[in-house]
Amino acid sequence: MTQNRPWIPYALILPSVVFLGLLFVVPLVQTIWLAVSDNGTPSLANMTTMVSDINFGRSVLNTFLLTLAVVPIQIVMALTMGSMVAKMNGGRETILWIWTIPLGISDLAAGMVWLSILQNTGYLNSILFGMGLIERQTAWLTYQTPVALFIGIAIAEIWRGTAIVMIIIVAGLNQVPKEFKEAAEIFGASPWTRFTRITLPLIRPALQSALILRTVLAFEVFAVVYALGGRNFPVLVGEAYNWQNQNQNYSVAAAYAVLIMVISLAATLVYLKAIKVDPERLP
Amino acid sequence: MANIVIDNIKKSFGAFQALKEVSLTINDGEFVSLLGPSGCGKTTLLRIIAGLETATSGDIRIGDRSVISLPPKDRGLAMVFQNYAVFPHMTVYENVAFGLRMQKADDARVKKQVEKAAGLLHIEPYLDRYPNKLSGGQRQRVAVARALAVEPGVLLMDEPLSNLDALLRLEMRTELKTVLQAAGTTTIYVTHDQTEAMGLSDRIAVVHDGRIEQVGTPVEVYNHPATRFVGGFIGNPPMNFITMPVTGGKVAIGSQQFAVPATGGEIVFGLRGETVERAPNGQGLDMQVRVAEPMGSHLLLTGSILGQPARVILPATETVRNGETVGLTLDPKRLTWLSPESGASYPAAA
Ligand SMILES: Nc1ncnc2c1ncn2[C@@H]1O[C@H](COP(=O)(O)OP(=O)(O)OP(=O)(O)O)[C@@H](O)[C@H]1O
Ligand SMILES: [Mg+2]
Repeated sequence: MTQNRPWIPYALILPSVVFLGLLFVVPLVQTIWLAVSDNGTPSLANMTTMVSDINFGRSVLNTFLLTLAVVPIQIVMALTMGSMVAKMNGGRETILWIWTIPLGISDLAAGMVWLSILQNTGYLNSILFGMGLIERQTAWLTYQTPVALFIGIAIAEIWRGTAIVMIIIVAGLNQVPKEFKEAAEIFGASPWTRFTRITLPLIRPALQSALILRTVLAFEVFAVVYALGGRNFPVLVGEAYNWQNQNQNYSVAAAYAVLIMVISLAATLVYLKAIKVDPERLP
Repeated sequence: MANIVIDNIKKSFGAFQALKEVSLTINDGEFVSLLGPSGCGKTTLLRIIAGLETATSGDIRIGDRSVISLPPKDRGLAMVFQNYAVFPHMTVYENVAFGLRMQKADDARVKKQVEKAAGLLHIEPYLDRYPNKLSGGQRQRVAVARALAVEPGVLLMDEPLSNLDALLRLEMRTELKTVLQAAGTTTIYVTHDQTEAMGLSDRIAVVHDGRIEQVGTPVEVYNHPATRFVGGFIGNPPMNFITMPVTGGKVAIGSQQFAVPATGGEIVFGLRGETVERAPNGQGLDMQVRVAEPMGSHLLLTGSILGQPARVILPATETVRNGETVGLTLDPKRLTWLSPESGASYPAAA
């Protein structure tokens, strides 16, 4: 049927292409132009302003540190959780369902949840005080306690963002027929060897998707950080937000946006290169 | 050394009993086939022996040591899976080498063993390829080579040749048998192909509906099936079963009289189609021939004996027309007598 009318698929996807073109490509081009121009002429002035800002270095550092801390932990946790779930006979769905609850919560709400735990009058302090471990309320989220603040933000991010990684990885694990693991087991592979030599290589596509998605999202971290640390913990998107709203300087905000995009693209390319997916070597 | 004792194994999946009290002893170096129709529990039994499935009750002993609570890798066996389970992310070479690598064999030994196994199964040309580029039959041979490469004491094979074309299957069958015999490997071979089981096995265990119906050498199982099922499952054409009335411990079949192991009522006689001879005109047991098919090597007759469906084989030199009635002489030594109620056969007359 469709072979006689090859234009049908094109016609069907046309609306989405137009829609994306108008709402994505146009603003993208505008943003890039905004970032690299000054009063309508090409210029690096915005970039210079961005780079020489007092918070620039810290926001780059914080964003990278947070990404480096959060993404590997999330991948390892998701792999562990996924492998455990795969071994279960009953109750799988319920557990997966509980694990994916954070997915349904907006990142700002997630930030608020953790704020209610970590703030001075929060649950953490109440529990520690109740157990007699602290004498009086302790502040965890100030610029004087950068390590605690960092850990708090990282934990909140891990809580919020592991579910999406896990879903991708569980989907990948489900694609691996159990006979491969059984064959490896028969031929004497230990559980760890089975995991590294059989499971991991076979879920490469899922792993690659999860890493790309999660890393790109980690570079865009904002609401959780904003809720917990405010400007005590500057990150790239937070700076863009400040330049846009507080300073009303759209051009420097655009420069940040372009920087984030370049970093995300670079990370994606690195993953695509590092974790090659060869369809010939998949089940 | 590597004898296998399957002791009263039962297996249920929920309410479904896949295996009902299976017991079987396999001697060291013996080649035993599990032969049975689809869904009878062959794979389940093999997986229990391998340790991939836990039995509901019963014991497995390998080399006089109970292995029922040991993980697969400590049972000292190799296995060929029904769906091959050849690793898609490794080359054929690495697949075949996998077991040896797990045993931390040095490269020289790995190379030697891989080449030996690959040579046997004619997969040398594909050693550098990935399994995705291979046909089903080629993958199956990789799976067999992977199991042979470790030179296991016990080898479990689940329909390892099912995907090969007839000619290659015949060739592989002979080579497998030669190699396993030379190595003294104790082998359990699952198949639903009776020719394969007959050709390869020292003994055949016929599995039906989660039970072993009969264990015996191919000739025993063929000539003296323990049950109606076995007789009907083994042999091509299958055994004919004809119910007759018994009078005074004797049965009159055509012009022949047979003493039977029952005194009255009815009895079933199992007749192998190729054990008959054409009787001289007007004598013997009548068969109404519906279709006569000259097969080249023999003549296959389909029709009825005493109103009951039957298939027999005559030499290719005979000529029979469709619709003709032929007289058949039976060989009393090659008849099997069965109880019409239980379907079990009476012991063969001495
Ligand atoms: N994991 C399972 N859960 C429930 N039922 C199962 C399971 N595995 C097997 N069975 C059932 O047990 C019976 C025996 O299955 P098994 O795979 O052992 O058959 P088989 O003899 O190997 O058949 P085939 O020749 O088709 O491979 C079948 O009825 C099957 O549906
Ligand atoms: Mg099977």
